[in-house]
Amino acid sequence: MIVPFGHVIVLAGALFLLGITCAVCRRNLIMVVLGVEIMLNAASIIFLAGALRWFSMEGQVFVVMVLAIAATEVAIGLALIVYAYRRTGSVDPINFNCLNEQPTGSQLAGFIRE
Amino acid sequence: MTLHGLIFYLLASVILASTGMAITRRNLVHAVLYLVFSFIGSALLFCLFGAPFLALLQVIIYAGAIMVVFLFIVMMVKPDLSEGTVLPLRQLLPMVLFGFMYAVVGVLVAVTDPAGRAVLETAVAKPTEFGHYVFARHYLAVEIISLILLIGLMGALHLGREKVPKEPEEPS
Repeated sequence: MIVPFGHVIVLAGALFLLGITCAVCRRNLIMVVLGVEIMLNAASIIFLAGALRWFSMEGQVFVVMVLAIAATEVAIGLALIVYAYRRTGSVDPINFNCLNEQPTGSQLAGFIRE
Repeated sequence: MTLHGLIFYLLASVILASTGMAITRRNLVHAVLYLVFSFIGSALLFCLFGAPFLALLQVIIYAGAIMVVFLFIVMMVKPDLSEGTVLPLRQLLPMVLFGFMYAVVGVLVAVTDPAGRAVLETAVAKPTEFGHYVFARHYLAVEIISLILLIGLMGALHLGREKVPKEPEEPS
């Protein structure tokens, strides 16, 4: 006997909330990807608790897939961050909303130079 | 409260506290290290939930590989000193509002859901049985995972390669 299933749901929900706070509020692209990682971790916790609750191993199989997706997402996401950093010299997401306006001043210095 | 329950609540508080510390750090290296702490805590939680193989994978892949990649990227990127407050108020207020609503609804659902009142039993899925299960029933999914990893590798290589600067074209 461990704990009621509801307590695990509350733990995973709180962890997901922390992750989404990090992804939405932080002004740094690396912290945004980190927030997505925290959300994926919360999802794996609830999958495993569900697997234990219903005595089915499907939840554990899905956690393996979550791990693979997380690894791929981190590889591509961080490569994108480095690419954007090389072009603009900044990791602040506010510097990347440049599709809807004319390039102004220092915001797009990297794009203009190329 | 049994010993297992005590371990669960201890681990839950450690995970939540270290994640909360991680998302409020300004120094990215500190944030990544706190997150390693949180991921090792959740690996212990996996072990408690009867998945020792997944606990090992969590330590090796999440706390080992992924966080080290984050550390490398933090070293490659110049620290952004222009950031004002860590969590700017303009973005935090809507987040707190909707997050509060979400938390209230989530706790209500978790409390009133009859499935949530069932007490978890201790059980262990041995790595051998888990491996047999995966490769007997989900071999196609394993192949798809390997394809996804290959695509991730190709994407990262394509994005990360140095561009050879082109010769400037002569204006005609």
